[in-house]
Amino acid sequence: MKAKIIVMPKKTVLDPQGKTVKHALESIHFKGIKDVRIGKFLEIELEGGNKAALQKQIDEACHKLLSNPVIEDYTFEIQ
Amino acid sequence: MKFAIIQFPGSNCDQDCYHALANVFGQPTHYVWHKETSLGDVDCVVVPGGFSYGDYLRTGAIARFSPAMKAVADHAKAGGLVIGICNGFQILCEAHLLPGALIRNRSLKFICEHVELRVETTDSPFTNACKKGQVLRIPIAHGEGCYFAEPEVIEQLKREDRVLVRYVNNPNGSVDNIAGICNEGRNVFGMMPHPERASEKILGSEDGKCIFKSILRSAVTV
Repeated sequence: MKAKIIVMPKKTVLDPQGKTVKHALESIHFKGIKDVRIGKFLEIELEGGNKAALQKQIDEACHKLLSNPVIEDYTFEIQ
Repeated sequence: MKFAIIQFPGSNCDQDCYHALANVFGQPTHYVWHKETSLGDVDCVVVPGGFSYGDYLRTGAIARFSPAMKAVADHAKAGGLVIGICNGFQILCEAHLLPGALIRNRSLKFICEHVELRVETTDSPFTNACKKGQVLRIPIAHGEGCYFAEPEVIEQLKREDRVLVRYVNNPNGSVDNIAGICNEGRNVFGMMPHPERASEKILGSEDGKCIFKSILRSAVTV
């Protein structure tokens, strides 16, 4: 089993990396780009077990360590 | 006054802090390895600058779970003084000992230069030897020094006079030009600039001494 986690900067937080990449895309003539935001993707391999319990555990890991709730939001799925 | 300097793997301003406190100010100072659970006999803890755990995941995110940080939190809770400098400030935010977070500089560049800081209040153990409005010339050296907190947190900081120093010319995009803040109890302080790198004439500035003098003065008045 794997947990796939996406951590993104909150909407209210400035993302200068995303802005720079947006400009770069425009400079190579990609059109129609409204916004670019850059986050992180984490993949955690799990030994397996009860899915509900794993959900709870990963959620706690995201909240406590893998993201900083002050500046980031996260979503995840367990497959 | 007894000082303890926390050392994490990747700390690199620990010895500069030691030099400033032990040699320039002549204070009893010792190191505490991050795996230690006790700080020893100490009045003020310094969480120094550097790149603890290689800044992996987020700056300070991993260091904050070190056993020594539990002891730092206990020390702070008991009213003991804590100063976090640069990476130390980032760690204190991650540890929720200070509100907000430090994110990438707006320019995306690592900035290493002397900047001017304005002392906004002298009502703290870290600025009581300065003058209100005094401008200090102290170096910064960071890639993630842009202070961020939600507007209601910024309002609270301002209302409670907890922004101790602001940048005169904002180098990194910090909200409200914030360079350093303290906690509600005013005994925990975090700042991005490095006062320990501005504590001797030979280093180009002695303005950082003001911060350490304040800490020493607070020991007399407490």
